[in-house]
Amino acid sequence: MDKLLKIDRRIIFVFVALAVTIPLLFRFKMAVPPTRHVISMYDKINALSEGSHVLISFDYDPSSKEELQPMAVALLHHCFKKNIKVIGMTLYPAGTGLAEKAIKQIGKEYGKKSGEDYVFLGFKAGSSLVIMNMGEDIYTAFQKDFYGKKTVGMEALKGVSSLRDIDYAVNLTAGGIYEAWIVYGREKYNFDLGVGCTAVMGPEMYPFIQSNQLTGFLGGLKGAAEYETLIDHKDRAAAGMSPQSVVHVLVVCFILFGNFLYFKSGRQK
Amino acid sequence: MNKSRDIYILFFILIAFFIVSVVYLSFGWLDIWGDGLGIITAAAVTLAMYSFLYKDNPVFKIAENLFVGVAMGYSIIIVWFNILKPDVFEALIVPVFKDTGKAPQYTVIVPTLLGLFMFLRFSSKLSWLSRWSFAFIVGMGAGIAIPNFINAILLRQLEPMFAPLYTGSFWGTINTLLVLIGVVSVLFYFFFSLEHKGVIGGVSVIGIWFLMIAFGASFGYTVMARMSLLIGRMQFLLKDWLGIIQ
Amino acid sequence: MNFLKRTVPMSIAFVMGILMAFQYYVPHEASQNLLKVVTKWGMIISGFAMFIGAYSLFHMHWNRIKQKVSGWGYSIFVFFGAGITIIFGLYNGGEFFWDDKQAGTMFDWIFDYVQVPAASTIFSILAFFMASAAYRTFRARNKEATILLISAIIVMLGRVPIGTMISQYIPIAADWIMSVPNLAAKRAILIGVSIGVIATSIKIIFGIERAYLGGGD
Repeated sequence: MDKLLKIDRRIIFVFVALAVTIPLLFRFKMAVPPTRHVISMYDKINALSEGSHVLISFDYDPSSKEELQPMAVALLHHCFKKNIKVIGMTLYPAGTGLAEKAIKQIGKEYGKKSGEDYVFLGFKAGSSLVIMNMGEDIYTAFQKDFYGKKTVGMEALKGVSSLRDIDYAVNLTAGGIYEAWIVYGREKYNFDLGVGCTAVMGPEMYPFIQSNQLTGFLGGLKGAAEYETLIDHKDRAAAGMSPQSVVHVLVVCFILFGNFLYFKSGRQK
Repeated sequence: MNKSRDIYILFFILIAFFIVSVVYLSFGWLDIWGDGLGIITAAAVTLAMYSFLYKDNPVFKIAENLFVGVAMGYSIIIVWFNILKPDVFEALIVPVFKDTGKAPQYTVIVPTLLGLFMFLRFSSKLSWLSRWSFAFIVGMGAGIAIPNFINAILLRQLEPMFAPLYTGSFWGTINTLLVLIGVVSVLFYFFFSLEHKGVIGGVSVIGIWFLMIAFGASFGYTVMARMSLLIGRMQFLLKDWLGIIQ
Repeated sequence: MNFLKRTVPMSIAFVMGILMAFQYYVPHEASQNLLKVVTKWGMIISGFAMFIGAYSLFHMHWNRIKQKVSGWGYSIFVFFGAGITIIFGLYNGGEFFWDDKQAGTMFDWIFDYVQVPAASTIFSILAFFMASAAYRTFRARNKEATILLISAIIVMLGRVPIGTMISQYIPIAADWIMSVPNLAAKRAILIGVSIGVIATSIKIIFGIERAYLGGGD
């Protein structure tokens, strides 16, 4: 009994690695039925007409790339498929590389051109200050795009002078910046906002959903997988759902078995 | 004994990695002229990081420190190209020395000076000047926060709490009531500095239960998040690097 | 000297705080222009602030090397990584840093194939440690811990497709946990934190909270 409780943690590591690897190798498929918060975000973008402007703020860095990049990719597929103009930006310096790669790659698939069908504005420091500055005038905040092109007169920004003119904004967030987007953006400049967040932050979104401050949210890889299902473009997130299921069951088994041993051994440990 | 075993393991992994790389490149499974070398580098970095799971070791430490340096270097360059170059260098400095058809934006001098003052924090004599910069940013942030937080969080979050309890369905009403009880009891637990006895004690206990359920949910979501990161990395190793899965 | 060291910064914080708090309630063009100018200044200052972080990091590792503390050799790699990245960043694919940022340069390569895998792998290591902690320390020691544990298990199963396969009620229960007790607790915390933010802001404006001045006289 005691031996089992003091098992080398590397044995547990091996179990975890296997629980993730085996389902990936043998790809048993699992249906990922979309949930209401994801559907409401999808509906919002789906209802936009051609040429509408969707702002995506890629506020994450490589440490949460595995959760948020699939979301970014799915959202971009949806927008470009519907000929919606995408305005990309980031409030994280290391978000630039990830955002640029996603926009460029997906844009290329749909034959979209930088400056005409989409614009990547790049990075600015100051989080809430950037949001408010954009709320007053998007061209003061970003005088040039990521590649140094002047933003004034850019086709992709036609009809947009501030955040008030954005048809829908999505904040892909790995930290507390979503709160700045709500407090200093959505509430001050009155635009519809959806959030894509890491699963860690998922529970924090519920109060904002109920108060109608967010139109919906995608939580973690599962949220991305649901969005992939909705746009009928199953990719990495959907493929990740079977290992995700197996490893969750494994963790639950660990908890139950650990507790079983704990009670068996007379609650000493 | 243990140390020499570790060295053998390291050499074995290095040789295996080298062979796999050569095989993949020579068979064209990874494109040497395209992203092949990049993917091999990324796989090496990934495996070096995972070596920590066996035990803390020099390979992990080298990769970790290298990453810290690269990340900082990347941020510095991005700040130059995205902020200092367009908003200071090209807005203020270039037009002073060269005719660009645009007048220099002299107002930029103020934030540039305040920005530079911040570096004086490391000077022993002039560090007080950095306080001006911090005072500007902190004061401005405080002033902006007050009305915005009152409006966007306090009022907007309290608003649903004043909605009629009866929502048209029995369970809907129960849930609305539970949310109300939950918010009030958790606030009681956190903010009443009175001794948690009697009625306050009872309400606080309910608050603790609500918190425990929420913390449990957060734990579940945290497990989900970390596992997703691991799945992503495994997808990289098995799909992008080894090409075992499609 | 005390005037420059204490009175001036505290006055700046006071004036900026009052000005920006009142700006919110004045929807006049001049007031909006003020917000535009001041936030832009803040953005530029924040840009400079990022170098403070860089200085601290390099200073710390430089000292480790200088004082030869144990493991100092690893610090060399911090400078090596930063040096290579900065050199390629400034070289900018042959166009140099005074030109616009070029795409697909060696600088981007380092990001894609060193920084991205390193950062995402480091954080994924936590997955293993969470599983280990779940086995070793997550115990139903008392009533509260039991509630936490049950809630965690329901959410963990209810939030992945397999939950539905076990029982159709698990996702329903998970959804209820999220949108009722979780919502209530998170809302209460949110309200509490916001009151804290507002209180601290008032203290900063009126000079009661002075931590931003740093140490010294």
